[in-house]
Amino acid sequence: MELLDNLALGFGTALSLENVFYCFVGVLFGTLIGVLPGIGPLATIAMLLPITYKMSDPTTALIMLAGIYYGAQYGGSTTAILVNLPGETSSVVTTLDGYQMARNGRPGPALAIAAIGSFFAGTVATIMIAAAAPPMSEIAFKFGPAEYFSLMVMGLIAAVVLAHGSVVKALGMVVFGLLLGMIGTDVNSGVARFSFDIPELTDGLNFTAVAMGIFGFGEIISNLEQRENREVFTKKVGRLLPSMAEFKASIAPIIRGTALGSFLGVLPGGGAVLSSFTSYAIEKKLSKTPERFGKGAIEGVAGPEAANNAGAQASFIPMLTLGIPTNAVMALMVAGMMIHNIQPGPQVMTSNPTLFWGLIASMWIGNAMLVVLNLPLIGIWIKLLTVPYRILYPAILLFCCVGVYSVNNNVFDVFITIPFAILGYVFRKFSCEPAPLLLGLVLGQLMEEYLRRAMTISRGDWSIFVTRPLSLTLLLIAAVLLVIVFLPAIAKKRDEAFAEEAD
Amino acid sequence: MRIRNQQDFWAGVMFTGIGVLFAVFSTAYEIGTAARMGPGYFPLMLGILLAILGLIIAWRSTSPSHPESRLAKTGWREILLILGAVALFGATLSWLGMVISIVLLIFVAAIASHEFSWKETVVSIVVLLIMSELVFVKGLELQFPVWPKFLTN
Repeated sequence: MELLDNLALGFGTALSLENVFYCFVGVLFGTLIGVLPGIGPLATIAMLLPITYKMSDPTTALIMLAGIYYGAQYGGSTTAILVNLPGETSSVVTTLDGYQMARNGRPGPALAIAAIGSFFAGTVATIMIAAAAPPMSEIAFKFGPAEYFSLMVMGLIAAVVLAHGSVVKALGMVVFGLLLGMIGTDVNSGVARFSFDIPELTDGLNFTAVAMGIFGFGEIISNLEQRENREVFTKKVGRLLPSMAEFKASIAPIIRGTALGSFLGVLPGGGAVLSSFTSYAIEKKLSKTPERFGKGAIEGVAGPEAANNAGAQASFIPMLTLGIPTNAVMALMVAGMMIHNIQPGPQVMTSNPTLFWGLIASMWIGNAMLVVLNLPLIGIWIKLLTVPYRILYPAILLFCCVGVYSVNNNVFDVFITIPFAILGYVFRKFSCEPAPLLLGLVLGQLMEEYLRRAMTISRGDWSIFVTRPLSLTLLLIAAVLLVIVFLPAIAKKRDEAFAEEAD
Repeated sequence: MRIRNQQDFWAGVMFTGIGVLFAVFSTAYEIGTAARMGPGYFPLMLGILLAILGLIIAWRSTSPSHPESRLAKTGWREILLILGAVALFGATLSWLGMVISIVLLIFVAAIASHEFSWKETVVSIVVLLIMSELVFVKGLELQFPVWPKFLTN
C-alpha cells in the first residue's frame, strides 16, 4: 500500500522530538493569539511567521506554521462560543447556537463537541489529503503554461464566486491584487516596474506587510471606532463533557459536516466558510425540531465545526499539489514556504517527500494536540478572553510591527503597512472583501509568467487557451461559474445564503 | 441620476482610478507584442480591465433595483493615532532603539482608546517591554538595536 508507506514516512518525520515540540508550540501560540477577540487565523499566522524564519529545517518550520493555523482556527471557535465574536467568517455560524448554549449554562459541552467534531473532521481530512495528493500531482505534471494560466483564472474566478459579497467588487479586488503583484522586478526583462526608484520596492511588495496592514491594522481601527460591549462567560464553565443524548445527537452532524468540508474545502475561496454555512443549513433542514436552532441546538455547533475544520484542512490540497493557494491563509503559507526556498507545486512531493508527508502527518498530530490542549486548559483561555480590548490592542500592534520588521530587518516594511492599513479601512467602508486581493497579489507574477510562456509557444495566437482541451475545460468551468452567479434566480439564492453573515 | 449605493459608487470610483493610474504608468515600459510581451503588456491589460470593472460597479450603484447603502463616518482620530503610532515606531526603531520606540508606540496607540488611563498605559508599557526583551531579544534572537545608537557606540 503506497498510501500507508507514505503515511509511515510522514509520521516518522512528524514524530521526531523536535517536530512534535514545534508542532505543539505552534498549536499553543496559535490558540493563544487566535483566542484573542478580533484576530483571525490570517493575522495570527502573519504575526507568528517570523518565529519560523530562524529554523534551519523547512519541514519543522512548515509543521509549526500549520500548527499555528489549526490553533488559530480553533481559537476562533472558542471566542465564537464564549463571547459571540467569530474570529473569522467560518466561525460565524458557531456563534448562532454555540453562544446560546453558553448563555443557557452549557458552554462546556459546546466547547467539547466543537473540539471532538474538529478532531474527527481533521482525522478524515488528513487521510483524504494523503490519498488525493499523489493523483492530483500526476495531473499537474501534464500541465503546460496554458493550462496553468487557465487554472489560475478558474481558481481566481471560483474564489470570487464562492466568497461573500458583491461578485463584481470581488473581481475588482482580484485584479487590483494582480496589479499590486506587478510591483517589483520583471523576471524577463529585469526592468523594475512601479517601483518609483524606491530600492525596497524592486523586490516586490512584502506579502506579510500587506496582509498585516489590511487585516491587522485595518481591523484594530474599525474595532476602536465602535465602542466594545461584550459579555464573557467568566463564571464556571462547569460540566465539560456532553451528555449521552447530546453526544448521540452530534454524531450524524459531525459525519455529514466532515464529508461536506472535505469536499467543498478543496474549492478556492470560501471553502471553509461555505462548508460551515452549508452544514448549518443542512442540519436545520434535517432536524425534526428546527425551531431549536439558534436557541442552543448542539447539532448547530457539531456539524459546522466539523465542516469548517475539514474544509480548512482540505484547502491545503490545491496549495500542496498544484502550488496554487486557494485562500489568503494558504497564500501566507506559500510565502512561508518561499522564505525557506521551497516553491510549492507538484514537484515538492517527489523532490522533498519527507517535507510533504511530514507536513500531512503533522496535521493529524496537530489536531490531536488541539483536543488535549483545549479541553483541560479551557480555564486559561477564558481568563484571556476577559482581558479588555483597550489593553490588548496596543500589544497586538506591537507584535504586528515587530513581526513585519523582522521579515527583512527593515523598517521600510513597517512603513508599507500604513498605506495598506488605510486601504484596508477604505475597503471595509466600501464593503469590499479584502481576501481576493491577497490571492491576486500572490498569483500576479506567476500568472504573467505562464501567460507569457503560453503566448510565446503559440507565437502570439490567443486561441492556444481554447484549443488545448484541458485548458479549455478549466476556462469553461470559470465561465459557467460566472454565468451562474449572474443568473437572477441564483444570485438571489446566494444573497440569502450569505445573508446570515451580515448580522 | 441619484447614487443609491454610496459604498458601491465610491468603490467603483476607486477601482477606476487605480486601474487608470496603473495603465498610464504601464505605458512607460515596453509593451511588446502578444508573442513577445514586454514588461508593460500584462499590467496595461490589467489596468484597463480594472478601470472597466470600476465603471461597471459605479454605474450599477445608480440603478433603482440596487440596494441602498450609505458610507459610515470616518474615524479620523483612530486612524491618525494608530497609524501615527506605527509610523513613529518605524521612524525611531533604527536610531533610538527598541525600548524607546516601544514606549512611543504603546503610548500613542493607547490614546486612541476611549477609555485611556495613565496608570494602565504605564503598566502595559512596562509589561510589554519585559516581554519584548524576553521573547524577541532573548528568545527569538531577532536583530534589534535595543538601546539608542549614540549610547551603544
